[in-house]
Amino acid sequence: MKTFVSESWLNTHVTQLPRQKNQTWARPLSLAGHVGFDSLPDQLVNKSICQGFCFNILCIGETGIGKSTLMDTLFNTNFENFESSHFEPQVKLRAQTYDLQESNVRLRLTVVNTVGFGDQMNKQESYQPVVDYIDRQFESYLQEELKIKRSLHNYHDSRVHACLYFISPSGHSLKSLDLVTMKKLDSKVNIIPVIAKADTISKSELHKFKIKIMSELVSNGVQIYQFPLDDETVAKVNTTMNGHLPFAVVGSTEEVSVGNKMVKARQYPWGVVQVENENHCDFVKLREMLICVNMEDLREQTHTRHYELYRRCKLEEMGFKDTGPECKPVSLQQTYEAKRQEFLVELQKREDEMRQMFVQRVKEKESELKEAERDLQGRFEQLKRLHADEKAALEEKKRLLDDDQSSFSKRRAAAQLLQAQSLTANGKKDKDRKK
Amino acid sequence: MELEAEVNVELCQSGPGLQMSLIRGTDLFGYIGIEAVLDQMRSKTMKAGFEFNIMVVGQSGLGKSTLVNTLFKSKVSRKSCTPNYEEKISKTVKLQTVSHVIEENGVKMKLTVIDTPGFGDQINNDNCWEPIVKYVNEQYEKYLREELHINRKRVIPDSRVHCCIYFLPATGHRLRPIDVEFMKRLGKIVSIVPVIAKADTLTIEERQEFKERIRQDLVDNGIHVYPQKEYDEDPEERILNNSIRESIPFAVVGTDKEHQVNGNKVLGRKTNWGIIEVENVAHCEFANLRDLLIRSHLQDLKDVTHNIHYETYRVRRLNESNMNFSEPETSELFEMKNYILVFT
Repeated sequence: MKTFVSESWLNTHVTQLPRQKNQTWARPLSLAGHVGFDSLPDQLVNKSICQGFCFNILCIGETGIGKSTLMDTLFNTNFENFESSHFEPQVKLRAQTYDLQESNVRLRLTVVNTVGFGDQMNKQESYQPVVDYIDRQFESYLQEELKIKRSLHNYHDSRVHACLYFISPSGHSLKSLDLVTMKKLDSKVNIIPVIAKADTISKSELHKFKIKIMSELVSNGVQIYQFPLDDETVAKVNTTMNGHLPFAVVGSTEEVSVGNKMVKARQYPWGVVQVENENHCDFVKLREMLICVNMEDLREQTHTRHYELYRRCKLEEMGFKDTGPECKPVSLQQTYEAKRQEFLVELQKREDEMRQMFVQRVKEKESELKEAERDLQGRFEQLKRLHADEKAALEEKKRLLDDDQSSFSKRRAAAQLLQAQSLTANGKKDKDRKK
Repeated sequence: MELEAEVNVELCQSGPGLQMSLIRGTDLFGYIGIEAVLDQMRSKTMKAGFEFNIMVVGQSGLGKSTLVNTLFKSKVSRKSCTPNYEEKISKTVKLQTVSHVIEENGVKMKLTVIDTPGFGDQINNDNCWEPIVKYVNEQYEKYLREELHINRKRVIPDSRVHCCIYFLPATGHRLRPIDVEFMKRLGKIVSIVPVIAKADTLTIEERQEFKERIRQDLVDNGIHVYPQKEYDEDPEERILNNSIRESIPFAVVGTDKEHQVNGNKVLGRKTNWGIIEVENVAHCEFANLRDLLIRSHLQDLKDVTHNIHYETYRVRRLNESNMNFSEPETSELFEMKNYILVFT
């Protein structure tokens, strides 16, 4: 499967030459002929073409403000979105990935839309799912970077490169929800505010509205994305564009015939708002800035600024530092070793505790059982004695009975004898008379 | 076009389960401007500049410094830079680096040449590759340390060796034991490009036979030189690399002197029997080497070093510390797996 160029890949292969500090040991040299390494940028670009590019846009805005339509218009295609309901209980994010190709450049575009933003009664936690999503992408990149067996050049970079924040065209000022959300996101992602449905504001109102928005952003300390001014080729264009922020856009995928051409526009009874007409709205400027001029810079800022900040905070949270208590450089591994030892000691302690508890319980149980055994033994003895007593009593009775019986039989024998004697005596008397 | 699946926040990370729709150029209703990203990239890279580190290894007298000077058409070798250079055979292999910033048509490059005087020069050459292996690994270590910092630099300075040119003397026979041992060990950690030095002592037939025998020896000993077969990514690359693989090692001749041949000034070596034109492909293969190293595969060399050799080193290092964690003074890196567990 083809891989896509991530910003980190780009950064490892393109290095900043030492400027002031180390120039003493890398001296400039002039070449006596054509060597040929001026083809290096081309080699790099060819490799990137083979691998393809990644770009991820996050669109935040209220339901029905025109996020999906703008995306369709921006990328000149139909992303097959469906309308979301206004009754979502919580803000959710919906991410869709597309593979676009223009001549020989392949772009893997991920569009993330917020669903249900601004619809709830209580909007205090509305920004949280968005922040969580962005952090989650950073987290998975960080995890990949820290793996032992990693494949960074094959990794599908899903970190959010640009965030389009849709401001509703009230004409007055920013809503507090807007300010709170943008403040939470400005250190995590490149924010580009846009005024949606700009065809509802007149030109003069729009100008005042833009000034009001920018001053509110500045006074609240929200850092939106500034187009870079350090590259001479684009500095001029970027400075002008910076002055036009936020862009007032109109999105439309329907075509209307104007003059003898079919253009993307919105048709009203009072006229036609042409999307690509610079007098009507700033759509062309947005497309130019987002894609044609600064796509690479957006990706670079995401990687070198926002991601590094996230990484630093996350690692510091875990307790890792670059310098120890006396400001001596402490490497990550030493800190980790120390932590690990701590952890192991803690583990050992817990294990010992558990073992002790176990031994204790065993002893208790043993003594309980012994008690029970003794009880049982006692009862047994008692029963035995009772039994013996009864037996003795019975024996006594039996003996008495036997005695009685024997005396009775003696008396009976004596009585019988007497009777027999008396009979014989009587018989003798009779005999004597007869004679 | 397939419809996407709607995914919630928890499933937003793309993975094998995410359905994707492919929108080709024909489906785009008009011009977007994605192509402009190529120009953006080009201008950014031109502004930032490039770094390239090349190491030359071989016995003294094989023409290493001359070749490097010829490659970059300026005096980049250490010999030309040190003011009181004396040809001394050093007792041990010591690595010395020299850096230059060269510019051509707006492209700036910081070129570092790492020289290895003393390699293969002693009577007993046992383990002469060790200082070199140590140096290469040290550079990887430095990069790894920097990458692991909490507060790390925007661009990590890259001193890793991108390419190692190994000079084979033109004996005409086969690879010598020192060649085999060195290339076996270093082929695993750095991209080696073997060249036959002072190739003007071989006739064309001798050269062909020599090359075949060397290729055979390389295969027999399991030595992988650049471009490595395993890293070819697609069929076109494979075809291109196969044609390169058929002609390595390049038979080169180096010089910095110019002579007149047929009215043109060419770089060449003048002898009593003729002038050897260095950039003439019929005479020697210097032009092929230069094209490979600089004009077509420079970026690829850096990529292979970063994506493959460096990653291999990293994996090995991190797994090592796994087993050594009870000896804190020797283990220098932590166990990443446990780290991840602590992390989550």
